Amino acid sequence: MPGRRLITAILFDPFAMGFMRRALAGCFALSIAAPPLGVFLVLRRMSLTSDVLQHGILPGIALGAAAAGLSLWAMGLGGFVAGLAVTLLAGWLTRATGGREDSQLAGVYLIALALGVAIISAQRGMDLTHLLFGSVLAVDDAALLLMAGVASAAVLGLAVIWRPLVLESFDPGFMQAVGGRGGVYHLAFLALVVLCVVGGFTALGTLMSVGLMMLPAVAARHWAAELPGQVRAAVALALVASYGGLVLSFHTDIPAGPAIVLTAGGLWLASLAAGPRESLARSWLHRPHYVG
Amino acid sequence: MTPAITLSDLTCVHERHPAVHHLSGRFAPGCLTAVVGPNGAGKTTLLRAIAGLHTAHEGRVDRGGLSCDRIGLLPQASALDRGFPVTCRDVVAMGAWGRMGAFRALPADAAERVGAALRSVGLAGFERRLAGSLSAGQFQRVLFARLMLQDAPVLLLDEPFTAVDARTAADLLKLIHRWHGEGRSVIAVLHDLDLVAREFPETLLLARDPIAWGPTVATLSAANRLRARLVAEAWAERPELCRDAA
Repeated sequence: MPGRRLITAILFDPFAMGFMRRALAGCFALSIAAPPLGVFLVLRRMSLTSDVLQHGILPGIALGAAAAGLSLWAMGLGGFVAGLAVTLLAGWLTRATGGREDSQLAGVYLIALALGVAIISAQRGMDLTHLLFGSVLAVDDAALLLMAGVASAAVLGLAVIWRPLVLESFDPGFMQAVGGRGGVYHLAFLALVVLCVVGGFTALGTLMSVGLMMLPAVAARHWAAELPGQVRAAVALALVASYGGLVLSFHTDIPAGPAIVLTAGGLWLASLAAGPRESLARSWLHRPHYVG
Repeated sequence: MTPAITLSDLTCVHERHPAVHHLSGRFAPGCLTAVVGPNGAGKTTLLRAIAGLHTAHEGRVDRGGLSCDRIGLLPQASALDRGFPVTCRDVVAMGAWGRMGAFRALPADAAERVGAALRSVGLAGFERRLAGSLSAGQFQRVLFARLMLQDAPVLLLDEPFTAVDARTAADLLKLIHRWHGEGRSVIAVLHDLDLVAREFPETLLLARDPIAWGPTVATLSAANRLRARLVAEAWAERPELCRDAA
C-alpha cells in the first residue's frame, strides 16, 4: 500500500538515522521533565520569568564557551549560573517594584540577549544560529547525556519538593504560619526550571528551549481541571510536540527548536479552540444544564 | 495541654505607628475570648503577633512554651490563590502539615480525618471539588476543616463569619464551642456585638490602646464602647513620640 509507505516514510524514516534518534530521546526526556515545571510557572503567574530566562542564559553559555572552548559542560554550567542570576534579579525587581516589573524585565532581557550575541560574535567557530535555535546535529552522546541527566534530576527534584511547592503556591501565608520555609522551595523550584531550560539548549536552542516547557503547560488547562491532570496533559502534549517537531524539522530544514515550538504552539491553539475545558468550542456550544 | 498566652506591655507597629499599644493581659488556658474594636484598632495585628507572624516592637508575647506552628490561625482575607487547582481534600489535608512536614508520609488516618472534618463543617462529599469552584462561605468552611486537622491547642480566628450565611455561622459557632469544650483556647476577632455578648464569656476591646479586657458584659459597657469609637482611624500627621516607649 503506497499510502502506508508514505506515512512510514514521513513519520518513521527520519529516525533511521542515529542523530535523529538521539535528538528524539533527548527531547522525550525533556518533555517529561520540563512541562510539569511549566504548569507551576503558569499557575504561579510567573510566565514572564520564562521570558527572562530564555534571554538570560545566552551570555552565560557564551562566557562558558569563551572560558573553556566548546565544552558542553562549561557552556551548561555558565548557562545555569547566568539563568539563576537573571531569575533571581527578576524576582527581586518584581518585589522592589510592587508587581510593576515588566519594563525593568524588558530591560534585563534586552541587555542579556545583546550581551550574549556580542560575546558569541567575538568568538571564532561558534554558530550563533545553532545556539539560539538549536540543531539536532548538535545532539551527540555528551549532549544526550546532559539532556537525560538534567531531565532525571528535574523529575526527581520536583517529586521531592512537590508538596511544599503546592502549599507555597496555593497559600504562602499558611505555609509561613505553620513554620514551613517557603522561600527555600521557591528557590529550589527556580533552580529546577533553569536546569531544564539549560538542558535543552543544544537541541532546541537557548531562545526556544523555554517553549517546550511553557506551551504544553499553557495548553494543559484546556485538558484537565486538577493539578495532577494538568501535569499529565502537559507531558503528553510535549511528547507529541517533540516527535512532531523533529519530523517537521527533518523534512523542512527548519531548525529543531522552532519546529518543536511551532508544533507545541499548534497544539496549544488546537486546545484553545477545541479542548475539552474552557475552550472556544465549549463556550460556543450551548449544552443543557444539570438540575443539581 | 493548653498553655496560657501572656502579653506584657505589647506594642506592635506599622512604620512606627502603633497598631497594638502597650497591651498587657492573659488569655487563660481554654479561654473563649472575643476581640472587638473599630477598623484599624489593631485586632488583626494582635492575632498575627500571637501567632508569631508580626514581631513585637516592644514588650513580649509569652506563649507558655508553645511553639508558633502549634497555633492555628484563620486569617481574615488570606492571600491564598483560589485559582490554584487543588481539591478540598488537599486543602484540608494541608492542616496535617505539622505532623507530616514537607517530606514525611501523610498520616495513616489522614483520609478519614479529612472526610470527618469536611462532614463536620457540612461539606460531606466535597473531597474532589476544586477549591476555586466553591462559594466564599463554603471556602471559609473548608478553611475551618483545615484548622480541625491542625489540632492546635490555641486557635486564632480573624473575622471567621464574614461572607458566611446565618446557618453556616451557626454551624461554625457550634464547632468553636466544641473546640472550647475540648479545652482549647479560642480567640476570635468579631464585629457582631450581639453575637459576642451571647456566645463569648470574655472580651478584649481594642482601639489601638486597650480599652477593656474581661467578662464580656462589663467590657462592652456603653462607656467603653464610646471610648473605643472616639479613637481616630487616621494616623496623626505629625505624631509625638510615645512617652511610655522603652
